[in-house]
Amino acid sequence: MTKALIIDDEPLARMVVKEYIQQFEQIEVIQECNDGFEGLKAIQLHQPDLIFLDVQMPKINGFEMLELVDKQPAVIFTTAFDEYAIKAFETHAVDYLLKPFSKERFNKAIEKYLAQAQSPASTAPKETEKLLEYAAQSPAQHERIVVKTGTKVKIIPVADVQYLQADDDYVSVFTKEGSYLKNKTMSFFEQTLDARQFVRVHRSYMVAVQEITRIDPYEKDSHLAILKSGAKIPVSKTGYVKLKQVLGI
Amino acid sequence: MATTSSLTFSKLLKAFVVCGLVWTGLQTYILHSFEFDWFIAATDGIMSSILLAAACWLINNNLRYYQPGKGSYTNLLIWCIALAAICMTGSRWILPLINPQPVYVKFMSQSLIIRFFTNFLAIGWMAMISMIWYSQLDQKENEKRKSEAEKLARDAELYNLRQQLQPHFLFNSLNSINALIGFKPDEARKMIHQLSDFLRGTLKKDDQQQITLNEELEHLNLYLEIEKVRFGHRLKTEISCDDSCRTAILPALMLQPIVENAIKFGLYDTTEDVVVSIRGEMDGNYLELMVQNPYDPQTSRPRQGTGFGLSGVQRRLYLLFARNDLMETHQNDNIFTTIIKIPQL
Repeated sequence: MTKALIIDDEPLARMVVKEYIQQFEQIEVIQECNDGFEGLKAIQLHQPDLIFLDVQMPKINGFEMLELVDKQPAVIFTTAFDEYAIKAFETHAVDYLLKPFSKERFNKAIEKYLAQAQSPASTAPKETEKLLEYAAQSPAQHERIVVKTGTKVKIIPVADVQYLQADDDYVSVFTKEGSYLKNKTMSFFEQTLDARQFVRVHRSYMVAVQEITRIDPYEKDSHLAILKSGAKIPVSKTGYVKLKQVLGI
Repeated sequence: MATTSSLTFSKLLKAFVVCGLVWTGLQTYILHSFEFDWFIAATDGIMSSILLAAACWLINNNLRYYQPGKGSYTNLLIWCIALAAICMTGSRWILPLINPQPVYVKFMSQSLIIRFFTNFLAIGWMAMISMIWYSQLDQKENEKRKSEAEKLARDAELYNLRQQLQPHFLFNSLNSINALIGFKPDEARKMIHQLSDFLRGTLKKDDQQQITLNEELEHLNLYLEIEKVRFGHRLKTEISCDDSCRTAILPALMLQPIVENAIKFGLYDTTEDVVVSIRGEMDGNYLELMVQNPYDPQTSRPRQGTGFGLSGVQRRLYLLFARNDLMETHQNDNIFTTIIKIPQL
């Protein structure tokens, strides 16, 4: 039996998926969720095999929700938005359904999923990850970072971020209120954050340019960036070159 | 643009300096060939050239900030003559102080005429070059501005068109209809009619058209009804306005984008129930419309001042009434308020 979740903020939109899926007896809809928060909880609780996910939802969008999921199920996106997704989705995702979609189109998506689920070396999660990085370039994600603290979801406006520090498989996001862990790599942030605002000054550090008050020389070839908060961030030789470029000095 | 023009400007400056040096050398050589010694010839050459360079610089600077119109070329000519005379007089009084030999002083007074004319030619030449140079710069600048303005207008038009069609609203509504057809065909049919009426109203309305608030609210209601089919479980609207302002006049589709913005903002910025309230009242000679929606100040701070949808409203108000004070927004206590005032003519 395949466990499925429907995450969409419009009841009628969930109804369509529920109606279409009835003919697949091997798939059971175990819960419907109104938004990303509910979705997140339900995913941790039920560990579903497949989720139907809307993109535009209250507070956190579908992509942001997926970023917070630890063990990712197969995803079929259902959305009226084709702006930042359509190209990537057609090549990478389990599937991407543009609302309103026909029953035939929906069946195709399910068949695609079932075929992938049967082959033991399923590549679905990997591909969704690729997709996520592509989708992370959507404008909304330049403006905020979504993190999980315990069971709560915290939305950090990018303007509040002082610097980022690599921490094993995680990245610590430092704000004036404290630091938050996000299970992403430095290069993910390097790709998604605005390069004019954030500079990778060191293998393990990225810094918000507007937070820097001064840059002091430090040891041979390296520098220290002093932030408004008083934090001292190491700047490597190549990092210094990048920083100078952004600052125009 | 600025960098390239300043680059060529520095080239021009170099050329100017080189010309000055050549001029100095030439004058020195000519004077020496009149059998004055090198010192006298050189002081004369240098002093005359400095005065001439100053005059050229002055006229060039003048023309940089002030382009003479077609009629005022005479003014420019008078300026050139005056500057040439000043240069000549300067040489006439300063140089004999350095070289007081009678032969040189006599030569000076004899050469005044020729000095004046060479000065005049040089300054006139400079004036001409400057005029052409700066008018060409001006023209380039104008062309750039013009193409920028055209691009802006084009972008705005495209944006308007896209907004008018509202693809997301349309597709999501169609998706809702798709759901309703299965188990509530009557409601599906009703929604198709509402959607058609709404779209027809949007397409038919001209930006310049003036309509009554009542008409605007009717159109708005179609939109709200559709949104309530989609978000009925969360979305509530309150409309309150007295009869006196229902007949007030406003530009068509002025309230619509504000309410759309409020609904979008409210629905996607909170997870609770959303109450969007719309209030209209007369304030003297103005129709005052207030739209309120809940929002989350924690996550919505990045929005600066007014959202994208609202900047269009402000722009339109400005274009229609030439005033920037007709729209204001407030944010407090998790409530976002937009107020517009429409002058009643």
